[in-house]
Amino acid sequence: MPLAPHEIQKMLDVVRATETVEIDCDACLLHVAEFAELHLLGRPVPEALKVVEQHLLICDECREEYEILGQALLELAKVRQ
Amino acid sequence: MVRDRENEQWVEVLGAEGPLHDTALSDLRELLLVGLKAALQSRSDFVDSLLDDFVQDSLMRILRSLAQFQNRSRFVTWATAIAVRVALTELRKRRWRDVSLESLVADTGFEPVSAAGTTLHTTGSPLIEAMYRIIGSDLTEKQRTVLLAEIRGMAQVEIARQMGSSPNAVYKLSHDARRRLKLALEKAGFTAQDIVATVH
Repeated sequence: MPLAPHEIQKMLDVVRATETVEIDCDACLLHVAEFAELHLLGRPVPEALKVVEQHLLICDECREEYEILGQALLELAKVRQ
Repeated sequence: MVRDRENEQWVEVLGAEGPLHDTALSDLRELLLVGLKAALQSRSDFVDSLLDDFVQDSLMRILRSLAQFQNRSRFVTWATAIAVRVALTELRKRRWRDVSLESLVADTGFEPVSAAGTTLHTTGSPLIEAMYRIIGSDLTEKQRTVLLAEIRGMAQVEIARQMGSSPNAVYKLSHDARRRLKLALEKAGFTAQDIVATVH
């Protein structure tokens, strides 16, 4: 089945965002907690975490997990002593 | 309300044995249940009956990974990230396990160029035709398969399973494919601006 227009655009988008050096999903998991907390606090992304930001542009799965983590953290803020 | 702790306390009591460990594990379990349930409950592929298993598997992984905690975030945030990974990996496996990778990437038009050297696809867009040509000629079959499967949304864990590989190896194949494609497009004279809004 040929690629649909949205699939072609997605292909071009990920290619455009591709960098020579990238982290994989396991490495993203090691750092996404820190990244998520900074984002929730409205703080800028430090240079050391730019690779996480880039990985989240490329990887649909890690980006989905990051968004879910954010929702979970908002809920946890209500119940933690 | 569930009791939180300082990072050092979490790591210390969870790494030991005894009543304090058990209490901390119970508190962490409650926190993960609250967080995961709130974040997953609106998903169509989630049912409540899965939650306990997700949290139990997550706790085991967290305990095995304590030495990896680098104190760069709250401990509970780090633990919740692991729980989210555990839960979504399982949901993705369930979603994709009956989908054939071979069928998913068949007949996409990215097969290698014909012997005459002409592309097999005419779109009217020089950039898209270049992309088809490069994917057909410059990528290995494995790179092509991974790239197309990811574009079609198949979970990396399932791509890996059907290829007899690991998710990280799949990511490496994807990265190598994307880099080759990007470099080849740049060499052919296409810029990032050309790529921005090509498909209408």
